[in-house]
This record gives sequence, C-alpha cells and structure tokens, in this order.
Amino acid sequence: MIYQGKQKIWSDYQKDIPDDHWYYARSCIRQNFFPASEKYFLEIARKVLGKDICDNEHHTTCGGIAYHSDTIPQETAMTIVARQFALMSECGYENLVVSCITSFGNYNETIETWREFPELEAKIRENLWKACRREFKVPKYVAHASDLIFKFRHEIAAKSVNRLVNRETGEPLRVVEHIGCHYSKMFPHKGFGGAEYPCVLSGMVESWGGQVIDYPERRHCCGYGFRQYHVKANRGYCVANTHKKFESMEPFHPDMIITNCPGCPYFLDRWQYVISEQTGKTYGQGGYGIPVLTYEELAGLMLGYDPWDLGLQTHQVAVEPLLDKIGVKYDPAAKYLGLNKEDLLRPELPTNMKCH
Amino acid sequence: MKPAVAIIGGGIAGMEAARQLLLLGYTPIMIEKSDHLGGHVGEWHCLFPDMSPAADLVENLKNGIKGATVFLETGIAFINRIRDTYNVMLDNGISIPCQAVLFATGYELFDAAKKEEYGYGIYNHVVTNRDLELWFGGREDARFPAKPSTIGFVHCVGSRDIKAGNMQCSKVCCMTAIKQAIEMKEKFPKAEIYCFYMDLRLFGKKYEDFYIKAQRDHGIHFIRGRVSEVGENYDGTLQIKAEDTLNGKPLKLNLDLLVLMAGMVCGKDNAKLTAGLRMGLDTDGFLRSRDNIYGVTDSNRRGVFFAGACTGTKTIPETISEARAAVLGIHNYLMK
Repeated sequence: MIYQGKQKIWSDYQKDIPDDHWYYARSCIRQNFFPASEKYFLEIARKVLGKDICDNEHHTTCGGIAYHSDTIPQETAMTIVARQFALMSECGYENLVVSCITSFGNYNETIETWREFPELEAKIRENLWKACRREFKVPKYVAHASDLIFKFRHEIAAKSVNRLVNRETGEPLRVVEHIGCHYSKMFPHKGFGGAEYPCVLSGMVESWGGQVIDYPERRHCCGYGFRQYHVKANRGYCVANTHKKFESMEPFHPDMIITNCPGCPYFLDRWQYVISEQTGKTYGQGGYGIPVLTYEELAGLMLGYDPWDLGLQTHQVAVEPLLDKIGVKYDPAAKYLGLNKEDLLRPELPTNMKCH
Repeated sequence: MKPAVAIIGGGIAGMEAARQLLLLGYTPIMIEKSDHLGGHVGEWHCLFPDMSPAADLVENLKNGIKGATVFLETGIAFINRIRDTYNVMLDNGISIPCQAVLFATGYELFDAAKKEEYGYGIYNHVVTNRDLELWFGGREDARFPAKPSTIGFVHCVGSRDIKAGNMQCSKVCCMTAIKQAIEMKEKFPKAEIYCFYMDLRLFGKKYEDFYIKAQRDHGIHFIRGRVSEVGENYDGTLQIKAEDTLNGKPLKLNLDLLVLMAGMVCGKDNAKLTAGLRMGLDTDGFLRSRDNIYGVTDSNRRGVFFAGACTGTKTIPETISEARAAVLGIHNYLMK
C-alpha cells in the first residue's frame, strides 16, 4: 500500500462545506436500528461544536428506501424530496445535512436530475402544490452528516477523552471503514475522497488515533442492497455478501468497524450472529464478533459519553472487548437499564458467538 | 544558405525527419523539451514484430542526424509567421527564423492513476506497460515481485474510454500486451498470465501471428472483459474482479503483478503550441491535419507540417513513414 497515492486522490476529492446553520434530515430507519446515533449527532454538533442545527418533527422518510426497492416511481420519490425541501425552506435554512446515505444520494440525484431536466422540476413543484400546498427552494448545499463530523474531526479529537489506541499495548486500533454505497459511488465528487478511496471515515479514524485497514473486499456492498434483503427469497444473497466481506477482512484482525449508512452497521452487526449460527465461525478475538459502530457512536465514545447512553447495548455483537481495549469506563450492570433505570431484560444469547 | 526547418519534438518522428532533411541538403533545427532524444520509443526495451531492440532504432536515428542543430531541455515560448517565414521563439530567449516548421510533438502516455479502480500508485504491485519496458531494460523497480506466479494485463487503460476523456484506440496496446505477456512468460515459464481485453485489434504485420503464438505456445489466457476493481490482500498480492463476458460469469483472481496498458493521449501543450499559428485542434485534441485521408502530414497553414502521433495514435512504422512523407511535403513547399 502506498499511502501517499491515497493522499493524492483524497486531495482531488475535497469539498468546501458551510461551517454552520444546517437543517437536519433524519433517516427513516436509523432510530430503530441504532437509536442514539442521530441524538448524539445533534448533541455533538450543538453542544460540543456549537453549531446551529434545525431538527424538524414534521420530517418523513425521503422515499429512497422504496425508490431503490423499485416499489415507487421516481416522480413520487421526487415529490417526497420536494416536501422535505419545503420544510427546510419554511424553517429558513439553506444547507441540508442528511443522516442517511441513501437519502444523501437521493437528494443529490433529485437535484442533479432537475438540473438536467428543468421541466421535471416544474412538474414536481406542481405535484407538491397540488398535494400539500407547499413551495420550496432547492438547498444551496447538501452534505452527509458524516461530512460534518469529518470536517470537525480534529476539533472532536482535541476535546476527546479517549483515543482509538489499545491502552495495554499503546498500538493504534485496527479499524475497518465501510462507506455506504450511495455516499460517493453515484457522484464521486460529492464525497470526501471520491468513490474508490473515500476518506470521510478513514479521516476520522486517523484523527482519533486508529489505523485504517484496506482489505480486498473493502468496496463491496455490506449485503443489504435493498431488494437483496427486502425480498425475502433473496436474503441468502444478502448474508452471502456480508460473509464475503468478513472472510476478506479476517486476516487483517480488525478491532472494530465504523460505518456511515443506516443499513451497513445493521447488517454487518446482525449477520455476524447469523453466520456464527450457520457456520459456527466468529470473526473477533476470543469467540466474539467484530464490533460495528456508527461514526456518531464512535465520536461519542471518543468524547467520553456513556456507552449505554450511546445505545451500544442494542448491538448484536458485544462491544465490551472494544471498550476494554480503548479503556472506556462503563458499568456492566447498567447495560440493560432503560433511561428510567427500569430493567429492559436480557436478550437471548447466541449459540456460538460470545457475548457479555 | 540552406533553408532552415524547425522540428518541434525529438522523438523518432522528429529524428527521422531531420535525417531526411539533412540528406536533401536542408538545415534542420530540432527542439526537444526533455534532456534526451528518442521520446517514448527511447524508453522501450524491444519492439514488435521482430523483437528488435528499441535502443538500436534510436541509436541509428541519432547517428543519422549528426550535423543537425539540437536544443535539449528547451520549450517553445511562441511561434509566429513573418511574411513567408516563421519565427520560433524558444523559452531560453533564442529566436529561430525558419522557412518551415514541422510538428513532431508526439503523444503523452495516459496517467494510469486516473483509473482509480486499478490502484496504480496505490497498490504495490500495479505497474504500467512503460514501467514494464523500463524494467525489461534493467531498471530496478521494487514493485516487481522476484518470481511472480500469476500476472494480469489490462488492455485499453485510458483508451476508448469516454469517462477518461479519450475516445480513440491507441492502436499499439493490444499488440504490446501480447508482446509483453510473451516476454514475461519466457522469463517466468511457470507463471499463469491473463490478458483482459475489450476486443483485440491486431491489424498489423505479424500481429495475428503473435496472438496465435501467445495462446498456442505460451498458454496465455485471453479473457474478454474489463477489470472492475483491484484490492490488496494481506500478503501484498492483488485481488482483482472482472467479468468474463464470453462465459457470462464474474471472476475473481489473485495476482502477483498487474500491468496496465496505458494508452496514448494528445499532448496537453497542443493548444498552447499552436495558438500563435491559429491552426486549431481536431475534435480528439490532437493536432488537426489539413485532411485526414489525403493530407495527414499537412496543416491548414502554409509551411507548417506534421509527422507522427501529434495528429493521432500511430505505430512506429506509420510514424517513420509519416516523417518521410512530411519531409517530401516540406521539400516540395520549399522548392516552389
């Protein structure tokens, strides 16, 4: 690996993004999968970085999940997108920061399509007016939420109490970064680092003390692929793709995986359990799986937030080995206590994959 | 005084033209931007179809231009026309008045790093056709494993590629890949060698013979399909993905070495060089001939001529022939 070669490509794919005043477009599924990630994005952006970010309760799905599953036509998806833009315009914001990778791709695809076909934009404006009497301005800037964390990664590092370093050995932790397909594969210049060697997550990892692993199936889909999972008959294909990635990264002995997509952490996390049940194989050390974190969760850990407040107990793969390596303090007894300290009960343990 | 002809470019086209002009009694003045003559061919090890050393060709051409004035490491500031003559102003401040100008500026090799998916400049064992020729010629290069057991060649890197901004076929890459694959097989007889191609364009003398020989005598595998991505395994070898479009199957291979057949692209200085003469460029970015059938070596300006790959991708025999044709054109022009 020639690190300077990657640095050259990274320098070709940089983008200037506004410092402040963002309208936050949430994901339709992330709050179910990793419930604290979006909450802690807002917490970090507002309280740690001091940014103005608008979170609107009238927000809905962007329609991307149905669009990419081929269950709604593009015009419908665009009209939903137009409504999101209208909400942003009504709140007085011009910069859209998007939680979901597919939404990020969907918003960009919509804007680029309108740029090529202005008559389609006019039609969507008419659709929106007929449907809900709303009007909108096209955002001046669309960023993914991980772009913002990347932009301010050094500030976060400066305020961090933890580093991605093995406290016993002093060695940097070995981190697999997995970028959602719709981040830059659709529009390489809209992602930090481009499509082949994105640096949005690797930049965070390096700033926070870790070492990034580049393994042969790095670019491969996490397995979700929308219809690979949503069509029940295809689910074997979904898990087979995830399995391919784990087989490829296994020789590099990763300590953790960082992701920036709703689906990727879910499937990379949950399918480890399925693979362990099907094959008896686990990919972490000592019979554990490899912990899979969202970038908000990892940023939260670096900044010293409680891992159970960050929702790490909702992961299938136990995160305690990672917390122990970093030296994060946590109360094992509090893992399954709700916010009101009520006992949430214990999940059933897997047959083969070790969990705390 | 013998009429002077400025030759811009010291590759094989420029040198052959200078040699012919000297034979006809003219005064060629050659301007070369690098520190040596020979151009791309000077970096090549041996040439198809006879596997003759490239150095011999370059040396013969150099011997033929003794007596010509040569400026090395010299660029062109501008060229302008003064009545029936031209003034070539060099970047060292020297002004060359001449009766005719011959562009022999050649091509540039496509920067293989632009095809990011192949990992040139990123992964240790990814090289180009040029790197391989220099290595054949004895240059030390740590990217080459001592005993490769699997080697891949990717054809059309930056050629016939709308995303790379180059629509043209580079003409020589198919044959160069076959030549280099055979040479590697002869060096490493136990190695498995794979050529990934879009389609094979083997139009020249003995080219098809090489193709048959590569398969029949050397067992080189030809796979119709493009490599989609390259990654690096834990042991430093490469993993590539491609599609075998004849079998209709995706494939994944581990390789010890991957050679990218970087194509020919137009010179990035073409527009600047020709700006003062208002000659314009062809739609492919190469210099624009007066006519692409009957006047390839003529420009649309009186007294300005072309030779070789400055007007489009060319083989070496084509380049040599064009240099001679251009000199005949210059001679006829100066005799009027």
